[in-house]
Amino acid sequence: MQLYKIVRYVIRDLLRSRWTYVYFAFYYLLGMVLLFINRDLSKAIITLMNIITILTPLIGTVFGVMYYYNSREFIQLLLAQPLRRNALFSGQYIGVSLSLSLSLILGLGIPFSMYGVLYSGVIWDFAVLLVIGGFLTFIFVGLALVVALANDNRIKGFGYAIFLWLAFAVVYDGLFLLGLLYFRDYPLEKFALGGVLVNPIDLSRILILLKLDIAALMGFTGAVFKKVFGTSMGMVMAFGALLLWVWIPWQLMLWFARRKDF
Amino acid sequence: MIQIRGLTKTFGKLRVLDDLHIDIAEARVTAILGPNGSGKTTLIKSILGMVVPDRGDVLIDGSSVRGQWAYRRNISYMSQIANFPANLRVREVIDMIREIRRQPAPYMDDIVQRLGVEQFWNKQMQHLSGGMRQKVNVLLTFMFDTPIYILDEPTTGLDPLALMHLKELIVRKKAQGKTILVTSHIMGFVEEMAQHIAFLVDGRLYFDGSLEELKRRTGTDTLEQSIAEIIKRNYAAV
Repeated sequence: MQLYKIVRYVIRDLLRSRWTYVYFAFYYLLGMVLLFINRDLSKAIITLMNIITILTPLIGTVFGVMYYYNSREFIQLLLAQPLRRNALFSGQYIGVSLSLSLSLILGLGIPFSMYGVLYSGVIWDFAVLLVIGGFLTFIFVGLALVVALANDNRIKGFGYAIFLWLAFAVVYDGLFLLGLLYFRDYPLEKFALGGVLVNPIDLSRILILLKLDIAALMGFTGAVFKKVFGTSMGMVMAFGALLLWVWIPWQLMLWFARRKDF
Repeated sequence: MIQIRGLTKTFGKLRVLDDLHIDIAEARVTAILGPNGSGKTTLIKSILGMVVPDRGDVLIDGSSVRGQWAYRRNISYMSQIANFPANLRVREVIDMIREIRRQPAPYMDDIVQRLGVEQFWNKQMQHLSGGMRQKVNVLLTFMFDTPIYILDEPTTGLDPLALMHLKELIVRKKAQGKTILVTSHIMGFVEEMAQHIAFLVDGRLYFDGSLEELKRRTGTDTLEQSIAEIIKRNYAAV
C-alpha cells in the first residue's frame, strides 16, 4: 500500500518531466526511421536489438542517477513520515524503471504497430525485444541507484555509474573476447557460459538471438548457449538469470538505503 | 516522553554525538542549544530515524525507535531547510503528506488562513520565496494533532507576523500537553518559548535544566549572556 503510493507519486512526477517525453519521442523516431530504412519488420527488429541492448542500459543509468540526486528533498520529506524506508526506495526504483519502460514500449510499439507488427509473424520477436528492454531498464536503474546512494557527491556518482555502464556494455565484451582468444586451446564452454551470465547485456543479446533463432550465426557464446541448453531451455535459463539480475541490485540498493544517514 | 540513551554518532572522523543522555519531558518546550556543529540536527534526525546512530538508542514512551517506522505517526517534524520537491505545487505537497499519514488535519484550515498560504496554494514550490516555503513548513508541521513536535530552526525566514503565529501555535501545543523540542539560534525566541534547556557542546550534554537554573549557574541575566558565558568557558578550557 505504501509502496503503491510512492510508485504513483514518482510516476506522476515523471509524467511532468520533459525527459520522459524526450525519451519517448526518441524511440518513436527511431522506430519510424528503422522501418523506413529497412522496409522490413524482421530486419528492423535485428537492428533494433543492437540499439536496445546498449541504449536502454545507458538511459536507465543516466536517468536513475539523475532522478536520485534530484529527489533528495522528496526523500528527506518522506523519511520524516510514517513510512518504511524499503517502501520509499523500492517505490522510487519501481516508479522510475516503470515509466522508462513505458516510454520504451509506447515509443517503439506505436510505429511498429502502425507498420502491422501485431498481425505479422515476428510479433513474438518484437515482444521479446521490448520485454528485454524493460529488464535492462530495471537492472540499470537499480545499479544506478546503488551507485548514487553510495556517493553523496553527484559528480562522482554520475561518473561511477557511467563507468559501470561502459564496463558492462563495452569493456566486458573486449576482455571476454581476449580471454577466449588467449585460452582457445582449452575447452571454454563452461567459462563462456559463466561469462555470459554475469553480464546482463550479453545475456539479453543471447536471449534475443535465441528467440530470433540466429544464435549460431552470432558468435561463440550464442552457439554454446544453444548447444548446451537448446532454444527453449536456453531462454528459460536466460530469463531466470535476468530476473536474478533485477533482484540483486534492488536488494543491494535497499541494503545501502537502510544504512544511510539523510 | 523521549529518552536519549547513550547516543553516539560519528561522520567520518568527526564524533558528532558522544554518549548523549537526555530526557525530554511532556507538556513543556525543551530547547536544544549549542554552537554550530554541536550535534543538534543530528540528534533530531536520530529521533526521527533519518540518521542511524552508531551506538545508543532513542526511546519514545519506553520503546526503541530502531528500525521502526510507525512511531513517526506521533511526530510532526519541521525541518531546518524548507526544501520541498521543486515541481510540486503547495496543494500537492499538502495532499501527498495527508495521504501518506492518513491522519485528520484538524488545524489545517485555520493555519492556512492565518499564514495566508492560500495566496500561493497553487504555485510550484520552486517559485516560492524562502519565507513562503517556511510557511508551508509550519503548516505541514502544525496541521496534524500529534503528541510530539520537533522544530529545527523554525523561525528562519519568517516575517514578524508569521513569527507571531508560530509562537502562538507553540504555546497552544504546550498547553495541550504536547512534547515540544526546538532548536534555534535566536535567543530571544528560545527565552520566550522554552522552559527547559539542553545545551550541547561537541555532542555531549553540557547543561540540562530550566532556564532560571541556567541563568543562576552562569550568573547572568539573559539567556544570550549565559550561552556566551558557556561557550567562552569551553574555549578557555581548551
